Amino acid sequence: MMSEDARFGLDRSVRLLGPLPLDSGASLAPVEFAYETYGELNADRSNAVLVCHALTGDQYLASTHPLTGKPGWWERMVGPGKPIDTDRHFIICANVLGSCLGSSGPATVNPATEKPWAMDFPVITIADMVRAQAMLLDHLGIERLHAVIGGSMGGMQAVSWAALYPERVASAVIIASAARHSAQNIAFHEVGRQAIMADPRWRGGAYYADDDPPSSGLAVARMAAHITYLSEAGLTEKFGRRLQDRDAKTFGFDADFQVESYLRHQGISFVDRFDANSYLYITRAMDYFDLAEAHGGVLANAFRGSKTRFCLISFDTDWLYPTSESRAIVHALNAAGAEVSFMELSSPFGHDSFLLENPEMNRIVDGFLKAGEGR
Amino acid sequence: MTKLRPDLQIIADNIAPGSRVLDIGCGDGALMAALRDEKQCDARGLEIDPANVASAVAKGLSVVQGDADTDLAAYPDGSFDYAVLSQTLQTTRRPDVMLEQLLRVGKQAFVSFPNFAHWRIRTSLLFGGRMPVTRLIPQTWYNTPNIHHVTIEDFRALVRDGKFAQENQWFLSGDKLTGQGMANLLAEHAVFLLRG
Repeated sequence: MMSEDARFGLDRSVRLLGPLPLDSGASLAPVEFAYETYGELNADRSNAVLVCHALTGDQYLASTHPLTGKPGWWERMVGPGKPIDTDRHFIICANVLGSCLGSSGPATVNPATEKPWAMDFPVITIADMVRAQAMLLDHLGIERLHAVIGGSMGGMQAVSWAALYPERVASAVIIASAARHSAQNIAFHEVGRQAIMADPRWRGGAYYADDDPPSSGLAVARMAAHITYLSEAGLTEKFGRRLQDRDAKTFGFDADFQVESYLRHQGISFVDRFDANSYLYITRAMDYFDLAEAHGGVLANAFRGSKTRFCLISFDTDWLYPTSESRAIVHALNAAGAEVSFMELSSPFGHDSFLLENPEMNRIVDGFLKAGEGR
Repeated sequence: MTKLRPDLQIIADNIAPGSRVLDIGCGDGALMAALRDEKQCDARGLEIDPANVASAVAKGLSVVQGDADTDLAAYPDGSFDYAVLSQTLQTTRRPDVMLEQLLRVGKQAFVSFPNFAHWRIRTSLLFGGRMPVTRLIPQTWYNTPNIHHVTIEDFRALVRDGKFAQENQWFLSGDKLTGQGMANLLAEHAVFLLRG
């Protein structure tokens, strides 16, 4: 029976002993997880859906964010009667390894020093994030996922889940994502990292004790990244060359243009909810991501013999992870003989489209997940 | 179960149970669903129209949005028992290359197309002097996706030239099977089964 509030386990957390072996050769112990769950696990434990969040996302998938007070980042997709259905599914969303909302990352305490890890935190990869999530699922007693779903970096985790643990994933939904980071992707991330490290308050990452983080650098990193999440047409439509609260140019360096004011706001509000060192670690993990690399450079080899059903969605105005990147995954899945569906959706909002209202996306995810439940 | 289009019904009736099938230009997946539900086939689809892809995925089918002219190349050799190309050959950029691709990807291929040499089309062109518009070819010359109209005799010649083996053929007039005699004149629609 449904309780009045479909969710339970507000701000759940667990510390697992580990160790978690990492791609770098290091290992992490213990491993802390902050996560949210929605809905109820059924008797045969077959309705678990893992949602993987993006670079600056978090576990507050469909519940109010404790720092910003804003609604969950994917409430359009997750809820009663929605495609990821709190009435049908047991939904798990964990703060990703390396992040800053409660899971192990540079801001959590290094047991060896009893101080925050800062830059002593080991460099992690997307596969490490996935192995950490697998540890959490082991702890929750979930052997096999009905589905793993993610957009952007979440999609990288979802596709890695299918490659690393094919027998644990019945279905994978990979939205606005890629199987590797391109030179352009790496380049934009490097701009962000350099902005953080150029902030004198960064101090090699050891800023936690003084509670004086490199907010200016992190804000600039966010501003640069935010441009990549939008489309040129979307920016033009939203702001054009319109001026911000003024009738004429000031011949100075205030935020004359609306688009400047908007980006500054995006930067400033971001630093209240995100840790600069986490930004360094997670962007690094994304840059290191190349799923084919571990399979002799042949992406199809990552999926040989896979029984997982795949659904990929891209957006026509997404130039950060363009349709060609999704198609590369689709072609590899075809070559491997895997079951795959793919669709490029039309939306003016660039990469951010996957977070926004899109009835077609909801319809596809809904149909895809329901079809998997009949099996 | 909704009734299949007649050419699709012929294809469905002649596919061996449990086969692996690639339906190119699968529309909303009607044939794929029938093959899955009635013949336990492993059916995959390729379709260019986004609304059709969404409908097919919502039925639980595995359909990839893409263009047969370019995306078929990504499928490995011999990965399907059958490749199906129904009412799509005349829309492809290079029907000859398409046939090669079908029989590269599939061990066998079903190809169905409207016959441009049907007597009604001939008389329409002969007496009307205008590009024919019929039930199976409903668009006018300037907005039709059919860029390579083909007759049954043309298709047979293409099969011969490509050195493909013709395993079977069916002809339709209206929704009914019709004989092989004078098919190029009397059949509105043809279905061929080829082997590479």
